[in-house]
Amino acid sequence: MSRMFLLGDEAVAQGALDAGISGAYAYPGTPSTEILEYVQRTAPSSLHSRWSTNEKAALEAALGMSYAGKRALVSMKHVGLNVAADPFINAGISGANGGLVIAVADDPSMHSSQNEQDSRFYGEFAGVPVLEPSDPQEAYDMAGYAFDLSGRYHTPVLVRLVTRLAHSRAPIERGAIRHENEIRLPADSQTFILLPQNARRNYARLVLTQSQFVAESEVSAFNRVVAGSDRSVGIIAAGLGYAYVRELFPNTIPHPVLKVSQYPLPTDLIAKFVSECDEVLVVEDGYPFIEARLRGFSPNPRVHGRLDGTLPRTGELTPEAVAAALGVTSAPTVTPPELVVPRPPALCPGCPHADTFRALIAALGDRGRVFSDIGCYTLAALPPYEAVDTCIEMGASIGMAKGAADAGLHPAIAVIGDSTFTHSGMTGLLDCVQEGTPITVIILDNLTVAMTGGQPSQATNRLENICRGIGVAPDHVRVIVPIPPKHDENVRVLQEEIDYRGLSVVIARRECVQTAARRARQRKRQQKPEKKPGKKPEAKR
Amino acid sequence: MNRDIILAGVGGQGLLTLAAVISTAALDQGLIVKQSEVHGMSQRGGAVQSHVRISDRPIHSPVIPKGNADLILAMEPLEALRYLEYLSSDGIVVANSVPMKNIANYPADDRVIAALRGLRRHRLIDAVAIAREVGSLQSANMVLLGAGAEFIGLPPDALAQAITALFSRKAEELAEINLTAFHRGAQAS
Repeated sequence: MSRMFLLGDEAVAQGALDAGISGAYAYPGTPSTEILEYVQRTAPSSLHSRWSTNEKAALEAALGMSYAGKRALVSMKHVGLNVAADPFINAGISGANGGLVIAVADDPSMHSSQNEQDSRFYGEFAGVPVLEPSDPQEAYDMAGYAFDLSGRYHTPVLVRLVTRLAHSRAPIERGAIRHENEIRLPADSQTFILLPQNARRNYARLVLTQSQFVAESEVSAFNRVVAGSDRSVGIIAAGLGYAYVRELFPNTIPHPVLKVSQYPLPTDLIAKFVSECDEVLVVEDGYPFIEARLRGFSPNPRVHGRLDGTLPRTGELTPEAVAAALGVTSAPTVTPPELVVPRPPALCPGCPHADTFRALIAALGDRGRVFSDIGCYTLAALPPYEAVDTCIEMGASIGMAKGAADAGLHPAIAVIGDSTFTHSGMTGLLDCVQEGTPITVIILDNLTVAMTGGQPSQATNRLENICRGIGVAPDHVRVIVPIPPKHDENVRVLQEEIDYRGLSVVIARRECVQTAARRARQRKRQQKPEKKPGKKPEAKR
Repeated sequence: MNRDIILAGVGGQGLLTLAAVISTAALDQGLIVKQSEVHGMSQRGGAVQSHVRISDRPIHSPVIPKGNADLILAMEPLEALRYLEYLSSDGIVVANSVPMKNIANYPADDRVIAALRGLRRHRLIDAVAIAREVGSLQSANMVLLGAGAEFIGLPPDALAQAITALFSRKAEELAEINLTAFHRGAQAS
């Protein structure tokens, strides 16, 4: 059991489990989902591992567990940290009691996201240490180390992953295993009360602690110089960038390399390294975080990276881009023939959303606009539906439909998934109730968080009660079943509610075809005699 | 020993299982493995790929540099062509010949097949027909694995053992069907 074959995500989870966490919290989001899924699959049931309603709720619960003196892991995708930014920044001010680690998976190149924001900025913003692994083994090691740092300095620690690391698998050597903490309340009863007088004191302490965090980075085993004889260019390689640099030079790297995987930046180490090289190439995935600091206000002819075009300014790092930046010739390549057309993801055959969109298109005609949200149903923006006009972030559909209605647009339709609604849609709906805003909210209730792989939805069996409880008129909380035979009936219901000049909610409810098929397979398997459990559960997929 | 393998297909065609079998076999041989996967939105009937890197020396990049793949193992002919940039000059494409037409502008079959036949090294196999004969369409990925087995750099027995190990966790008969599919794929090529 000591050697496992884990995704970067899973390695973080295993590292946190071995570090003695008592709970893990998350809202699913690619590429971070597998962190909590791994905990759910492998941890004892006594350890908290249920999904939270959103990232803010997840981080707050983890902070509460930390307050009680136990260790907690919270994980999310990069844009989830926007949702959780309030507790994140303020946990930096309050500090942690039990170890608190926030694992955030960034998505450069936007494989499954609407932006490629870089979470290292959040770490600096909050004044907390950031760890950025270069491979799955480091992801495992850093999870444990993050809890060490968190415990030593009573601070939250951010672990930053990127898609290619989160979703790449490698053998992992496990280290020592720690027990969970007992409950131990904060020694100072004032620390977690961020009234201005306490917050000012805490913030002053946080500012003072920064130099200790830098000192930790200076001596960290994760930040180190690898000697190289060709000092015409030195390479500063952050996180996964280090793996790409090493890939280029299988034996020894001719240039000196400074590997950076712990922040705040080790300023002395960097200054010394830069002074010993003629020029510096910064290889970092995401934004030019290190490069911008080295470069200063104006272009610096000695500093190269994403800002001066040596590496592409946008998109994830690739082995080819790093090779080109270092003047290493890449292998010749064959261009695919022109007939290779894109194959974008699409709604599955039989998807309930497809039936709802067909009904909505028929009900709406050329009128109005459809404000959509984050989920599989965003794919309805593509042909053959082309049925939605916006997709910004979790919950924006209702807020934007409201604003457009405030501006006089009618019909203004919000289309939002069940889990997205409980994540961030309910609050906007309450605004609509208070003002009697004439919009129609269509909640696509497929009884799961589908796009991230079918996690349970907090909304299941609660939507009508939530909507009525918030104050939507019961007559205008309608439920339709999106199946082809009910098309005409569904068009009629939608037309009635769109024509109604008040607030209405139409819940389109049918189970996701993927989760339905999975449940059917599980039922079939359970009907057969039990098999003995296989070995090596860690290799499962 | 050093093999870089691109697995290509459409979401739902069993690429992750294919990757798991190869990686398990390589790990059992005491080799070093890195495997890169696609999760999330791309799985909804879109193009998916996985990179499997096997070596007896440390592997650094989780993705295969373009122009370096020894083998493209593709569950679908158009997807076999999509990742040609990754193929090395002496690499081979082993592909299932049956198209998955879930897009409106899928090119004419004969053009796709002709493009594959135009490659210097290629092997086309009707994995679907063999899988049907074996009794499970879902085993087409193991038929393809059999067809490409000789280029993976691992003993065929190691792959067979990995199939048995991975599938017998679910059900013994699944392991047998997939093992048969694997052997039939190897014989057919």
